Amino acid sequence: MEANDKKQNQDKVLNEVANSDYKYGFVTNVDSDTIPKGLNEDVIRLISQKKNEPQWLLDYRLDAYHKFMNMPQPDWAHLEIPPIDLQNIVYYSAPKTKPDKESLDEVDPELLDTFNKLGIPLEEQKALSGVAVDAVFDSVSVKTTFQDTLEEKGIIFCSFSEAVQNHPELVRQHLGSVVPPDDNYFAALNSAVFSDGSFCYIPKGVKSPVELSTYFRINAANTGQFERTLIVAEDDSYVSYLEGCTAPQRDENQLHAAIVEIVANKGAEVKYSTVQNWYPGNKEGKGGIYNFVTKRGLAKGANSKISWTQVETGSSITWKYPSCILMGDNSIGEFYSVAVTNNYQQADTGSKMIHIGKNTKSTIISKGISAGYSQNSYRGLVKMTGKAENGRNFSQCDSLLLGDKCGAHTWPYINTFNESSIVEHEATTSKISDDQLFYCQQRGLDEEQSINLIVNGYAKEVLNKLPMEFAVEAQKLLSISLEGSVG
Amino acid sequence: MLKIKDLVVTVEGKTILNGLNLEVKPGEVHAIMGPNGSGKSTLANVISGKDGYEVVSGSITYQGKDIMEMDVEERAREGIFMGFQYPVEIPGVSMNNFMRTAIDEIRKYKNQEPFTAAQFLKFMKDKKELVGLHDSLAGRSVNEGFSGGEKKKNEIFQMAMLEPKLSILDETDSGLDIDALKIVANGVNTLKSDDNATVVITHYQRLLDYIIPDYVHVLYDGKIVKSGDKTLAYELEEKGYEWLKD
Repeated sequence: MEANDKKQNQDKVLNEVANSDYKYGFVTNVDSDTIPKGLNEDVIRLISQKKNEPQWLLDYRLDAYHKFMNMPQPDWAHLEIPPIDLQNIVYYSAPKTKPDKESLDEVDPELLDTFNKLGIPLEEQKALSGVAVDAVFDSVSVKTTFQDTLEEKGIIFCSFSEAVQNHPELVRQHLGSVVPPDDNYFAALNSAVFSDGSFCYIPKGVKSPVELSTYFRINAANTGQFERTLIVAEDDSYVSYLEGCTAPQRDENQLHAAIVEIVANKGAEVKYSTVQNWYPGNKEGKGGIYNFVTKRGLAKGANSKISWTQVETGSSITWKYPSCILMGDNSIGEFYSVAVTNNYQQADTGSKMIHIGKNTKSTIISKGISAGYSQNSYRGLVKMTGKAENGRNFSQCDSLLLGDKCGAHTWPYINTFNESSIVEHEATTSKISDDQLFYCQQRGLDEEQSINLIVNGYAKEVLNKLPMEFAVEAQKLLSISLEGSVG
Repeated sequence: MLKIKDLVVTVEGKTILNGLNLEVKPGEVHAIMGPNGSGKSTLANVISGKDGYEVVSGSITYQGKDIMEMDVEERAREGIFMGFQYPVEIPGVSMNNFMRTAIDEIRKYKNQEPFTAAQFLKFMKDKKELVGLHDSLAGRSVNEGFSGGEKKKNEIFQMAMLEPKLSILDETDSGLDIDALKIVANGVNTLKSDDNATVVITHYQRLLDYIIPDYVHVLYDGKIVKSGDKTLAYELEEKGYEWLKD
């Protein structure tokens, strides 16, 4: 093929990307209880009132709000963030349903249909897969499956709102203990206006028999989603937690500012996996979700372990650094990430590993894949405090570029205040080579299949960390996200 | 099966093949020999459809079809196989997965039912035995960390798996010790049938001790300057290429 033909072919394929549809872009027609746009104290009081919250929680929100008002939006990330009009956002929208849902029959059929379309058939989940699901639709949790089975073990897995009502002491003890309200701009905003989310408590010595799963969905227009997840794992407990997310295709941008807090006590292990597939915007970069998320785990007790695995393919802008504070001696933190950006998507993502306890260990494996006109950055901090004797970190940050119009960047920060610690960082940047493509095509694969195979191979180390069903979904998602992006 | 007529090929404006003619029929083994830079690899790449080569004039027909109209993968699915001189590594992609994907595609192209997992494993096991490939290689990522010899054996294994009609082996013997050379040659000989053909590109006579060609061609300055039977290879070994220059 001549150079000109090749160029034409690339353009053709790039055009095809444009036409490849975001599968989850539909809107569900349900009656919603939506409050007026705008951010002020009254709105916060209204949210708190709608959720029938105790005074201390309202105070928590208002305190966060006042702190938020004095904070500037951070601009240090390698992102072009258009101005966000906080007064033009709806901070609470809930599908109108009967208050107490005893069974799935009472959930709005439109809603159930939505979750079925998303591949989250709650009923089947309940019966077959052994995965307990909490589904959050716009601002409220719709239905949590599998609760009975979990209750037998003493595991609490419910919507955040339910937890506030039924387990206020647990929520009050841990809320904000890992991510304080004034941690950062978006965390402060979340702390003021968060509407729902998931709460999970694993008692001492209990290993969760099923994987717990939360599914987030933004549906209503002009609505922000500010959910909160709080996971508390008592001594020697274990839980594997999955999170998925999608949103309708809309021309305007929507804000998603979530917080995930994890507390792992002595000998506890928490594995948190995310497949993030928020609407990424169209081929010109119009629309899409702003995904500004604070995720942090506190490995509080000795020998505790927190592991983050994320596959990030969606959102128009991603600002996200799942982190571990390794406080307990011998505690372990892990971060495995695949971040894909295509068209005009931007991602600035990575991890922080703060070593405080002795003999603490952390691993960071980050695989960035950039295509189209996108910008994909890894940003990470490894900090060894003076007390972190024999702390150990290994970081590997790889970038793969498809085409010549995208960017890949790596910003690793290493702060060591301890002579006995060892910090290792490896980074590579590569392109899919013409020779690799030719080799695959010579064996009978077309160009798309070749790219899929190579990209999946590149990301395999991370995909392998995902629970089985999730890994299969993630692989498909990688293929869809990169459809037509030729190297 | 393969007919090349008056083929002129340039790379970045430089003429590499300059009026090459070649005809290969089913059941035949052809050896193409020639010094470095004579255009051997270019010939292999043009037949399989690699980018960056401009066919200025002449034609290549394969099974009666003009292959210049066909994409790389279409040629592959039609049964053209290239054994690479430098097989690339594809990290994270297991040989099993790679072959499974390739064979699925080829079977789909031919309107054949896909293999079941069990059928595929059996098929692969048989082919591994046929070419003497260790199990461990097939479980590893494509060519990753393979020694030079392992890479070449892996090419022959893929050739066995894909059951091509026309195989072009580009310097498959380069960098091989005598044992590996025998394994490669044995693979080629075992896979030989009345329906398929092999073109072996080499610049040593050594491989031809193990693979007996029906024809030997000398490629020099972009064209075939002499053809003969296997004795031509011995003659070249003795006299070098200089005597053919004029």
